[in-house]
Amino acid sequence: MCDVGFANGKRAITPSFHHPIPYTGLMPPLLAIGSEPLNLERLIGAVTERADGSTGSDGAVVTFLGLVRNHNLGRRVLFLEYEAYDPLALKTFDQISQEVDRRWPGVMLALHHRTGRVDVGDASVAIAAASPHRADAYAACRYAIERVKQIAPVWKREFFDGGDVWIEGATADPTDDEARLHAERTACA
Amino acid sequence: MRVTVRLFARLREIAGAAEMARDVAPGATIGGIWRDLASEFPALRPYERSISSAVNADYARMDTELRDGDEVAFLPPVSGG
Repeated sequence: MCDVGFANGKRAITPSFHHPIPYTGLMPPLLAIGSEPLNLERLIGAVTERADGSTGSDGAVVTFLGLVRNHNLGRRVLFLEYEAYDPLALKTFDQISQEVDRRWPGVMLALHHRTGRVDVGDASVAIAAASPHRADAYAACRYAIERVKQIAPVWKREFFDGGDVWIEGATADPTDDEARLHAERTACA
Repeated sequence: MRVTVRLFARLREIAGAAEMARDVAPGATIGGIWRDLASEFPALRPYERSISSAVNADYARMDTELRDGDEVAFLPPVSGG
């Protein structure tokens, strides 16, 4: 729940590249980046088919799809092109997943981001959060997209009617606790 | 020793290359590599205060010392999502 303090998670935190479920190749991956179109059903399957024997314990899945919009800052957007530092992006997604695990124990998170050209109306990012109760799933899903925008090494280039421009947002600093807390407040607002 | 420098998005376009090899002295830091690059490509200079950096696909501070064979990456402000 959102009113529970950060440090009361009962789980041991594995310090580095750790997946809550070992990826066997049989289930869709929880974390992914690549040029394949996104499929929300795969993410829902990834978060609800729990390998630890607790399948069936979820009461809610909240999903988020980020879509390419046909307008931005008064410009008519034609399409976006995404570039990423793939191995670091996956590690960043893993960090976000671990942060969710500490803050909302019991939530299972899946996060897929697309690279390359993404057309108007298509999804560039997909997130699913499963939880026994809906409040945690909503909060974790919102938190995850806020953190992606803060720290994932991904860039979008906007092709619009009349030119193109690289969009530059936040300076990525995964150790910036202020930014993390801001995402947490947004998730719990 | 030799390191590989990787540049992304607008930084890549300014330098005209996604990847380049650089021979550097032992004890060289990420910040030293950046300063050399910014001298070579002055259009990179405005990014001095807003870039992030990484070594071997882990975020790392600019004062990190490099080893032979390291991959150093410079990242402009991110815009995923």
